[in-house]
Amino acid sequence: MLSYILKRLLMAIPTLLIVITLSFFLMRIAPGGPFDGERQLPPEIEANLMAAYHLDEPLPMQYLRYMGNLLQGDFGPSFKNKDFSVTDLIAQGFPVSLELGFWAILLALVIGLPLGIIAALKRNTALDYAVMGTALAGIAVPNFVIAPVLALVFGVTLAWLPVGGWNGGAWQNMVLPVIALSIQQIAYIARMMRASMIEVLGSHFIRTARAKGLSESKVILRHALQPALLPVLSYLGPAIAGIITGSVVIEQIFGIPGIGRYFVQAALNRDYTLVMGTVVFYGALIVLLNLIVDLLYSVLDPQIRYDD
Amino acid sequence: MPNFRRSLLSALALSTSLLATTLPAQTLDIGVMGELASFDASQVSGGVWESQVLMDVYEGLVKKAPDGGILPGMATSWDASEDGKTYTFQMREGAKWSDGEPVTAEDFVFGWRNMLDPENASKYAYMLYPVVNAKAVNVGDKPLDALGVKSLDDGKTFQVTLNSPTPYFIQLLTHYTAYPAPKHTAEKYGKQWVKLGNIATNGAFKPTEWVSQSRITAVKNPQYYEADQVALDQVNYHTTEDRNAGISRFRAGEFDILRDYPSSRYQWLRDNLPDATHMAPYLGSYYYVLNHREGRPTADKRVREALNLAARRDVISKQIMAGTFLPSRSFVPKGTDNYDVQTMELGEDMDARMAKAKKLLEEAGYGPSNPLHLRLRYNTSDEHKKIAIAMAAMWRPLGINVEMVNSEATVHYQTIQEGDFDVARAGWIADYNDAENFLTLLRSGVGNNYGAYSNPDFDALLDKAATTLDAEEREKILEQAEQVAMDDYALVPLLYYVSRNLVNPKMSGWENNVSDDHPSRWISIAE
Repeated sequence: MLSYILKRLLMAIPTLLIVITLSFFLMRIAPGGPFDGERQLPPEIEANLMAAYHLDEPLPMQYLRYMGNLLQGDFGPSFKNKDFSVTDLIAQGFPVSLELGFWAILLALVIGLPLGIIAALKRNTALDYAVMGTALAGIAVPNFVIAPVLALVFGVTLAWLPVGGWNGGAWQNMVLPVIALSIQQIAYIARMMRASMIEVLGSHFIRTARAKGLSESKVILRHALQPALLPVLSYLGPAIAGIITGSVVIEQIFGIPGIGRYFVQAALNRDYTLVMGTVVFYGALIVLLNLIVDLLYSVLDPQIRYDD
Repeated sequence: MPNFRRSLLSALALSTSLLATTLPAQTLDIGVMGELASFDASQVSGGVWESQVLMDVYEGLVKKAPDGGILPGMATSWDASEDGKTYTFQMREGAKWSDGEPVTAEDFVFGWRNMLDPENASKYAYMLYPVVNAKAVNVGDKPLDALGVKSLDDGKTFQVTLNSPTPYFIQLLTHYTAYPAPKHTAEKYGKQWVKLGNIATNGAFKPTEWVSQSRITAVKNPQYYEADQVALDQVNYHTTEDRNAGISRFRAGEFDILRDYPSSRYQWLRDNLPDATHMAPYLGSYYYVLNHREGRPTADKRVREALNLAARRDVISKQIMAGTFLPSRSFVPKGTDNYDVQTMELGEDMDARMAKAKKLLEEAGYGPSNPLHLRLRYNTSDEHKKIAIAMAAMWRPLGINVEMVNSEATVHYQTIQEGDFDVARAGWIADYNDAENFLTLLRSGVGNNYGAYSNPDFDALLDKAATTLDAEEREKILEQAEQVAMDDYALVPLLYYVSRNLVNPKMSGWENNVSDDHPSRWISIAE
């Protein structure tokens, strides 16, 4: 098991290297630079800026410089947020996104899994249609519609909860963004759980279990649940990576200081160092979560073992 | 009797101040569009939301009144030499940084050098180029101490020498590039002076907390020389990129001020929050650049006149933008100090204008057999898109085919600087309240002159204005210059910007003004 984990982590290094290299050069190919804006800068000012950020050096030199700094754990200064380094920004924003994402995923699992199971058991009944219909609506309505509606109803009209702001992570400030973030996930997980449950319930070993005379609840909990969870689990790896790295829409609407917005803003601003920082961070996170998912597989599915 | 009255008054004042200590602290919450880049003014990127924070925590030689006028700040008085090239400022006695150290002329010398230090690569350093040797220092040709600024009489006097008389120099001092920087903390902490734990500021407020992308908090600076007149105890600047969400937060009472609400919501806000919805003229010009480069159809003056004739600014202002921009026929916006805008002669009767435009295009060789094809570029945004579609529709009856190309701002400006367009959307917000700030964009060879307009008469007039000391004479010359450009149909002036703010009606000390500057120092909130 341990050697498997080590092997996977070692394999992650070339993967990340490729990701970093590709992003570095793709970013530079994109037209426009970090200092292009509404105002054309006088050439002498632009020269100062290019020199200050080493952008006047040949591209391979810049690449080597970046990789050298990266090896020392230095993501460099942000081009736009001058009082913070890229490491500062990620270190400040990630815990916020992580906390929000954790609750959103938890909520999605606590609601989504039972809904999916119930829908599978009551297949083709009114209850099933109601659950799946709602789930479909949950998937279809985008974040940027749900979030402002929640804010308007619970923040402005009913005035039960704050409309925006983080307030150091007070629970009141977290309720609406967590709900907005989890609705789509609830819907996905419920639909996925239903489908895989139906498939498992139709398999031979369930028929055998029933033939043995086991009670329906034992059949479901002991025999069907575990294998039915596998597809949901493999979905959860990348989904968690996506959710805990924040959502630009949710963050902007609720004014939350997470890292989701950096993915979009940094790219639009051509904030090269911040783009690279987020890419490296997100890449490493996906590698790690995929590894955890694979390890969990072996817990859920006895056919999968990583011993050798 | 008067004595009695005075003691009664002071008793009253005392009781209200005692009362004030029991009342909750006055906190102002402002929703601003973006985030400050740095508390080091040399590192600021130029967003209007940045000057809001900086003007609250720093104070230059002069400061802004609620109506946008200029008041003495760190300097109590100043004189200009007869040739207009040397300014001498008397520094305010007793002015202090938030850590209690005195503010002296040394801090201005340090701040201005910091701005021009090539190592700091300040984007806005060129604002100080009127100062002797500023440019040479900024490109690294001369050492920092060659800059034409001096601290005299133990820091009680600050002297600036300019390359040439610069009539708008005092206006320039309101910009954050002219703020001081705390020399004593910079000597102590090096580049780290700007960190919140180390920073000293000389304005009415002092920053204490910064949650990146969420909020900056500043509290009243007790060392400020007029601290007893500052009503607010705390100001929070909330980064609010989603301005529709900002409206919700304002309605829920989480914001006292929302800067720059989206224009598309103006009518709804005016109907539902009439007391809070502000809209006022603003020193900004929304225009279409015309490409004067050789080989472009818009290099032909007849084509440029025709395009201007067919543009119905009132329709764009009222129907398309719901009144959130004002129609414009000049480049310099109305409301600019000491200036009468010079407009394009276009006439009012639309039929006559269209007929004339058609004739001009025919003369220029365009017609049904050889239709005029124009590439219109704009930076991606709903507003710009709506206006571009409307303009294309207005030009279509002239037989003009408009190809619309949109790209994100970074790409847009790079492309039009390279000249790959016929017509392009652009806008300019004044850095300081002076017509020169706009007109200089039409000078030959200037970077922001995207259309490469060039007229020696225009350049000569601007050169003349730059050395004219008499304010009235200078105004006339600048007006002549704008008239030259308007007669050339150098561009398509379309709209004047307006400022759009939601303001808590319980607040006082807010006055709409053309520079849309509202220092929190003047603001108080009624309970």
